[in-house]
Amino acid sequence: MNSSTATVKTACPAIETRDLRFCWPGRKQPLTFPDIFLPSGEHLFVHGPSGTGKSTLLGLLSGMQAPQTGSLSLLGRQTSAMRAGARDRFRADHMGVIFQQFNLVPYLSALANVTLPCRLSALRRTRTDQHPDAAAGQLLQELGIPENHWHHGVTEMSIGQQQRVAAARALIGAPEIILADEPTSALDTDNRDRFLDLLLTLARERQCSVVFVSHDRSLASHFHHQLALGGTP
Amino acid sequence: MSKVRLALSLATASLWYRRKVLALVCLTLTLSVTLLLGIQYLRTEIRQSFTSTISGTDLIVGARSGQLNLLLYSVFHIGDATNNIRWSTYQKLAQDQRINWVVPVSLGDSYRGYRVVSTNEQFIERFRYGNNQPLELAAGHWFTDLFEVVLGAGVARQLDHQTGDSVVLSHGGGRTSFANHTNLPFRVSGILAPTGTPVDQAVYISLEAMEAIHIGWESGIALPGRTLTAETAKARTFEPAAITAALIGLDKPILTFQLQRELNQYREEPLSAILPGVALSELWRMMGQFEKALLGISAFVVITSLTGLIAVLLTIQAQRQQEVAVLRATGAPPVLIASLYSFECVVLAVAACALALLVGGGAIAGLGPWLLEQYGIQIGLRGLNQAEWLLLGSVPVAAFAVSLLPALRSWQKSRKLGFAGSGEA
Repeated sequence: MNSSTATVKTACPAIETRDLRFCWPGRKQPLTFPDIFLPSGEHLFVHGPSGTGKSTLLGLLSGMQAPQTGSLSLLGRQTSAMRAGARDRFRADHMGVIFQQFNLVPYLSALANVTLPCRLSALRRTRTDQHPDAAAGQLLQELGIPENHWHHGVTEMSIGQQQRVAAARALIGAPEIILADEPTSALDTDNRDRFLDLLLTLARERQCSVVFVSHDRSLASHFHHQLALGGTP
Repeated sequence: MSKVRLALSLATASLWYRRKVLALVCLTLTLSVTLLLGIQYLRTEIRQSFTSTISGTDLIVGARSGQLNLLLYSVFHIGDATNNIRWSTYQKLAQDQRINWVVPVSLGDSYRGYRVVSTNEQFIERFRYGNNQPLELAAGHWFTDLFEVVLGAGVARQLDHQTGDSVVLSHGGGRTSFANHTNLPFRVSGILAPTGTPVDQAVYISLEAMEAIHIGWESGIALPGRTLTAETAKARTFEPAAITAALIGLDKPILTFQLQRELNQYREEPLSAILPGVALSELWRMMGQFEKALLGISAFVVITSLTGLIAVLLTIQAQRQQEVAVLRATGAPPVLIASLYSFECVVLAVAACALALLVGGGAIAGLGPWLLEQYGIQIGLRGLNQAEWLLLGSVPVAAFAVSLLPALRSWQKSRKLGFAGSGEA
């Protein structure tokens, strides 16, 4: 029976939403989102024209915003019912995020940027199994950041390198969910494919679910599921 | 606890990253804290040096007047005596069993704007200032001859006199006098070491010399043929008819009040006897208003520069949206973002305080000897007292208080922040 409860636990979907609705203050028309069901360890590709609420969806998933109606449950936990502080802690413990650009804290070194989640979450720190600096170094190595860049300021790095440092930060401490908001839009094609490849490989090793937002539909084939936004008027 | 450590390390890293912009703010803050602390320090020092202008003297006796007036003319050489006291009174004081010593002081003449104090050898032996320090001669000896004069350190420095120089005293006070005792010039026999007290700003002759130069001046100007020459003066003996004031030291200080009451009720002539310490602190209370105003002004300077610091932090806040978005997305709660501002403000204030201590200490150590030499102000380096530590400690506290403004603003903003910094309300 023990093993079955364990399977139930792992069988908890990474993301499950129902009737999500969010209205920005000052706007009349609320944004509505199709229901999402993403099994643990699988990846979701979200696309759609601008203004259809791609970033808003990530805001809701990350818990930085709360939906006005509908329910959102992550890893079997009803995050839409949590208070803001609990959502912040949940995000620190279970999520990694990658933005389109300006992903890094400018006054921290690459290594310090990567270990940031371990300093905000004890869970992420214990999951690294080793010293956070060593885990960060390993990730940076795997993502192809030369060691002489690790201790330098991140502002001197190229955009591609910065995005890979951001990926390392999202991956450290093996969070269950990674939210990526058009992380490849500032990269050229070679860099884009390499980045996506590395991100998905490393996520698979750690059994992370990746929610990847992009308007570049050619990337969709790398993902298990697709979601198109903007269907509703 | 680890959150506080994280916030502190983020704050210091952020300060270091923005050091070029913040260095100027920090400099302004440092200078204003130096000003505040410096004024408080000087206040204490000057008060100390002021209240120890005269020490070891139990009573000052003069003609009947208020205690401040008596103190001002007898010790600070400011203003004039209301009246003299008779020589016979002085002699009675000198013979009183309870009185250990009496220093007679007679005022009236001047030398190029500096007061002439006529007294006797008791002055150099008995006068004490500061922490019961005796007077010392930097050069030469105390006057022994009738026409010898001893200069205070300030007089000798300002007028560039050495021992052996010849000086001509003027009748009455004032910088320019038309009535000079030209017929009887004095020779500088000694120069006193600097004390940082009014002693530096006077010249000293004997009581007999004061009498001698005024023979023939009874009507206020020199009558030709009635004044003395140096030779005729030395052949005579002089006894003053009156003195201006007397400094008294007692055998038993416990008798001070008894003697003071007796002297104030003296039947032969109206006298006033004052306790110099009491009169000095009363005088300081009057002048204290001014230095309090000065301290208030410097506190406002600190507040002004703290306001400048906040203005800069608020300007920088606009540039920090990306960084805040990253921290928030990584799971940092809004209170951590807000605490960054407070930490940065307090760390800057503490740095400014430390720098101010260095600057202030360096300035006092460097300028102290020069101040004593040039202005006769004695200011030494010492540890800070409790009031000064409190004043210094209040700067980071004030910095924390004013930092609540940007902190609160960023707390509000980061709560409403959307993903990737989008959608601030």
